[in-house]
Amino acid sequence: MLIPCPHCGPRDVSEFSYQGDATRTRPDPASTDVKAWHDYVYNRSNPAGRHSEYWQHAGGCRTHLLVTRDTLTHEIQAVAFARAALNEGAGKP
Amino acid sequence: MAEYSALSLLKNALTGNRNWKPAWRKPEPKPGYDVIIIGGGGHGLATAYYLAKEHGVANVAVLEKGWLGSGNIGRNTTIVRSNYLLPESVRFYDFSVKLWENLSHELNYNVMFSQRGILNLAHSPSQADDYIRRGNAMLHGGGDGVWLTRDEIARKVPGVDLSRSARFPVIGGLLQPRAGTARHDAVAWGYARAADRRGVDIVENCAVTGFLREGEKIVGVTTTRGEIRARKVAVAVAGSTSHLMAMAGIDRFPIESHVLQAFVTEAIKPYVDCVVTFGGGHLYMSQSDKGGLVFGGDLDGYNSYAQRGNLPLVEEVMGEMVAMFPAVARLRLLRSWGGVMDMSMDGSPIITKGPLPGMYLNCGWCYGGFKATPASGFSFAWTIAKDEPHVINAPFTLSRFERGAILDEKGQGPTPKLH
Repeated sequence: MLIPCPHCGPRDVSEFSYQGDATRTRPDPASTDVKAWHDYVYNRSNPAGRHSEYWQHAGGCRTHLLVTRDTLTHEIQAVAFARAALNEGAGKP
Repeated sequence: MAEYSALSLLKNALTGNRNWKPAWRKPEPKPGYDVIIIGGGGHGLATAYYLAKEHGVANVAVLEKGWLGSGNIGRNTTIVRSNYLLPESVRFYDFSVKLWENLSHELNYNVMFSQRGILNLAHSPSQADDYIRRGNAMLHGGGDGVWLTRDEIARKVPGVDLSRSARFPVIGGLLQPRAGTARHDAVAWGYARAADRRGVDIVENCAVTGFLREGEKIVGVTTTRGEIRARKVAVAVAGSTSHLMAMAGIDRFPIESHVLQAFVTEAIKPYVDCVVTFGGGHLYMSQSDKGGLVFGGDLDGYNSYAQRGNLPLVEEVMGEMVAMFPAVARLRLLRSWGGVMDMSMDGSPIITKGPLPGMYLNCGWCYGGFKATPASGFSFAWTIAKDEPHVINAPFTLSRFERGAILDEKGQGPTPKLH
């Protein structure tokens, strides 16, 4: 599996560190809502198909990426910088 | 239905083996049942068997989307063990080992359970301390465990690299003598046959496409072979749990599906007579009765429903294998394959009533589901029949994550790729 890093080009998956489901939203740190924290810490979107997920190019440019990948075929459909994508509100459910 | 015995073998041999009956029927699904079990893997079939046998609930259908034994029950590395640390885990898995010890007799089907032992190699003093602590926890919970010194390992498993110059020198190992291996297909077939004989309908090539509801309550399923109604719907679908839950309207769940690869080499003469695990990384290996070395390692480490993995992990597992057993370096790999694991957030399973009314759930087996098959079926059947958990599965609730009562053997936290 090759992940096309926007900085470094297509690189082997072993250079990347997987950080999982990108549709989770951390509650306000001041929040004491147990249900919201439980949902953030323990629940995941785990679709058979298109999956939004974070990867870090840990063995390369060290950038955090937002990757859209098909979990049935491992096909990578889109790669974006996580920070820019988050600023535009992507990766949210 | 055919009983298997020396006499029946002889009788059928004399008639040219033309008169064996199929081990289970191929019934058309009925419009309704007392209980539907979604998933015809080891756990689903065992659940059906114990429902019929222990609770007299035989009006049961097991719905399998493919053919019987096509999922993880036929993809695992066949290891049975109960070498756990937490009391809840020791109690559950040791109960399972006890059921394994009588399983061939119980099912009248040879599951080839071989108590050849499992040896966890330790490579540092702190790892040795950790393993000895776990061995003591096993003894405390009524199980068995023995600490082996380096010299004892040299006698028991001559192939292990015990040289002082090894990258991860072996200093000892934890042996669980009652652990071992079993023939995985036979477990599926044995439970299927035994459940079928008690009246359970096993419906293959029947994929569930949705749930029937009356208000909140689940009252049946829609399938590729029509609607089937039931008073109780049980879900035992391992890696497809989130997929099924999404059909029921629950789209966020404490499960991630990951791919785990396994490997078998060409057959060689008897080389290793127990299961051996490598503590310098993550590798478990045994030799099958056919002679192939069967082994596996870590998950690939990303969500996947693909039933196949990637090469970096293959390279890592081979590296560990050769580090542990240098003599196998030139063996050829016969096959490799992948299975989809239902990784839970704390590494422990979920066997519970719910999460919706009328529904029962069995999932979160990570990559330890095979050894749990008998205890999982036994306690899930109990939960379905009595609407309350058996003592062995009482801690394995879904609500434990919300309550903070997690059962995390290694303290990894909610990072499923590390369990």
